[in-house]
Amino acid sequence: MEKPTTVKILKFHPEKCTGCFECEKACSMVHFKTKEGGDKSAIHITKTNSGYSMHVCDQRGLCLDLCPVGALARRKNGVVWLDKDTCIGCQACVAFCPIGAMRKSDARIEPFKCISCGACVRACPTHALELVDVPIAKIKQVVYHKQGA
Amino acid sequence: MKTTYSYKKGEVIKGFANRTLYINLTKGVIKEKPVTEDMKKKFTGGRGFGLKLLWDSIKPTTQWDSDENELLITTGPLCGTTQYAGSGKSLCLSISPSTNIICDCNVGGFFGPYLKFAGFDALEIQGKAKEDVIIIIDGEQGTITVETAPLEEINTHLLSDQLTHMYATEDTDKCRQNVSVISSGLAAEHSYWGCLNFSFYDIRRKVPRIKQAGRGGLGTVFRDKKLKAIIVKVEKVGGLSNHPADPAKVAVVGTKLHKEIRDLDRYQCNMRAVGTGHLVEIMDAYDLLPTENYRFGNFPKASKIYSPKFYEHFTKVIPDGCWHGCTLACSKTVDGYTVMTGPYKGEKVTVDGPEYETIGACSNMSIWDPLWILEFNFYCDTYGIDTISVGTSLAFYMEMYEYGILNKERCDGLELWFGNADAVLKFLHRMAKGDKGEFLTVASKGVRRVKDWIIKNSWGDKQLVEDAGMESKGLEFSEYVTKESLAMQGGYGLTLKGPQHDEAWLIFMDMVNNAIPTFEMKAEALHYFPMWRTWFGLNGLCKLPWNDIEPANNAETPEPNKVPEHVQNYVDLQNAVTGWNVSKEDLILQSERCYNWQRAMNVRLGRGRRKDDWIPFRAMGPVTEMEYMSRKERYDKQLLEKLGLSQNDVDKMTVKEKIKILYDYRRDQYEKLTDAVYYRRGWTPNGIPTPQKMGQLGFTDTKMLKMLQDTIDDDEKKGLNVWGGIYKKGEHPPSTEKWYWEKWK
Repeated sequence: MEKPTTVKILKFHPEKCTGCFECEKACSMVHFKTKEGGDKSAIHITKTNSGYSMHVCDQRGLCLDLCPVGALARRKNGVVWLDKDTCIGCQACVAFCPIGAMRKSDARIEPFKCISCGACVRACPTHALELVDVPIAKIKQVVYHKQGA
Repeated sequence: MKTTYSYKKGEVIKGFANRTLYINLTKGVIKEKPVTEDMKKKFTGGRGFGLKLLWDSIKPTTQWDSDENELLITTGPLCGTTQYAGSGKSLCLSISPSTNIICDCNVGGFFGPYLKFAGFDALEIQGKAKEDVIIIIDGEQGTITVETAPLEEINTHLLSDQLTHMYATEDTDKCRQNVSVISSGLAAEHSYWGCLNFSFYDIRRKVPRIKQAGRGGLGTVFRDKKLKAIIVKVEKVGGLSNHPADPAKVAVVGTKLHKEIRDLDRYQCNMRAVGTGHLVEIMDAYDLLPTENYRFGNFPKASKIYSPKFYEHFTKVIPDGCWHGCTLACSKTVDGYTVMTGPYKGEKVTVDGPEYETIGACSNMSIWDPLWILEFNFYCDTYGIDTISVGTSLAFYMEMYEYGILNKERCDGLELWFGNADAVLKFLHRMAKGDKGEFLTVASKGVRRVKDWIIKNSWGDKQLVEDAGMESKGLEFSEYVTKESLAMQGGYGLTLKGPQHDEAWLIFMDMVNNAIPTFEMKAEALHYFPMWRTWFGLNGLCKLPWNDIEPANNAETPEPNKVPEHVQNYVDLQNAVTGWNVSKEDLILQSERCYNWQRAMNVRLGRGRRKDDWIPFRAMGPVTEMEYMSRKERYDKQLLEKLGLSQNDVDKMTVKEKIKILYDYRRDQYEKLTDAVYYRRGWTPNGIPTPQKMGQLGFTDTKMLKMLQDTIDDDEKKGLNVWGGIYKKGEHPPSTEKWYWEKWK
């Protein structure tokens, strides 16, 4: 099986965002079968002075080497995937993500993250989100700092 | 031959499986015992449960190799939590061959959590099998099996791997990770130093790794019972396997700690990179690294074994926690290490370690080569013996060899001079083979028995031998030089099981920060810290995430040595898992109950008295002229400042005379410290827990209370209820009332 060389990640066009949060609702639907958004969404929209900002996993994969049970793996499409059945809920990935993109809701012990499924892209009424291909070699992060992870 | 017992699988409820498993190897009995609410109230869990089960099973005359002695593996309500770093410890107990009192050890690995998730808060093994057996606790099928196993390997690096593969449900790494094995090794049966190896399968390295229940010879008890291995397997582990009362809270406090470790570990202890080995350079800098049998605290060659040297050998960027979710991850390995000596010479193996204690055991023997330390680590592990006890013992034999008290002939041909790593490994290999030489037979029993042997043969000055051999209660000291810290002398001597740093580590507080200058303050520290540290063993937790990582603002808190934010974490954690509503004071009370109970059990076994808390003078000051001269300025200064001698006096005296003055002074200091500590703990001047203190803690067991009262009355008749310090004008003992404890309610 060939290793993936590119992966789709979310790109945000802030000038188009109206702060309707439909993306968050669509995401929480995927992960928790609810339209609550917020804590139960992997994508987060935040109001800023100049408009809105978007925060989400960029598939860099630093978490891959942190999981004690191998619940995190990069799939064929390059997406970093958390297998809920293997996960033992230690939260190491949540805490060690350098950008805080591994999410945790009180509703479930296993964390969750963006899987580049495109639900938020489709839900956005103003096309403020799109999935773009990036080379994995350019974005991947392996070591936290020089002496060990 | 095979005995099988089927049990009804259950659920862990708020941290407790609510039953323990009892196996009698003599009678072939397997049964379950319920855990009562009273047990939880009085003993909390873990080591506490172990003490209670042992109390119900042994007699005052029970020895380590009596049929009724038990080996206990216990867990604790917080054991198996995956969110909070350091939550996978098991607590093992038995009567120790070295000390003939109870020894308790804590050990990582997966066994404890799996034992609980398979259905049992503790495993209790009594009796002895007729031939080697393995015990299989199958949490998937709901069966316990005891079967003979004559053909399997005994040494851990082979046996653990063999059994992990054999008992995994499928031939996958995932299934192998659901199996944990306890094993020992060939040297355990030929020494008092036997340890237990607890495995945890590493899916990336694809080998089972091991942690040790090292001190006290529990591996020797294991092999005496003809146990070859204990295997536990679970069907599945999850983030909620403990069924905590408030899982969201557990995740919040655990994640907070993970982030602290993420941001600060590399600037504090650097555990994730080099493990406990970072301590070597610190101890060397402070004159605390044991060198040549604790004669010295540093050595010019020590930089050869500082942590960067071991970092070169460690496999990197792999999650290393010995239970899932430990991000402090202090367990390092050297993979693909080529064995240099012995039966496995030339093989490539995974060496788990070395930990600070193993490196310190080698510096103690004046071994300064990382490869020889790895070799020593590997063989002690696979042969099932404790690196601390072996290192401290051999360091003593080496000092005796240097003086000619021991020599090649007396040592069965072994050239045991300081630094001779080759002879050390030869010693291990011959011991593992069961060599029946006179020296090997006694040396494998440790420092105390060799002292007795040397003295019986009149080979050297008795005083020198007694004071140079670093054992107390029969157990060898662990690897810190305590000569200049009175608090740490108490931290080693005024302990339950013997000189293990488990109960207290006060060297920096005392010597570097000067935070506990008076006897009362030292006594308060020798009350609080042993109680605080005991708490971890009641719950199945590791102490390292408590103070080997600290919040950024810790130094600004009122009592930074206690790491108050982390104390609160543990209060929150215990409440969130068990549903209890405890305060931080309650945690200390939980410990006080078990601590005093264990001391009382030692009293019942004929020990647990002031004379048993004796420590050798090598732990307190310079025994030899060479030691005095190596720190002449420091010791001369103390004679001037503390003892009020004049410079003229000091210049005129011989080194021998100066040592004698220091000896008498420091021995008296230790006795005064002992007085203050016993009083603070609620004990008599002879170190017996008083019935009044036990009553305050909620104990009503009439058998226990009567035993203590009878002992105190007997001590009265023998004139032992007196303070040990010599109090001059202006000084006073903790109390001037004769039976001060009778006033306590």
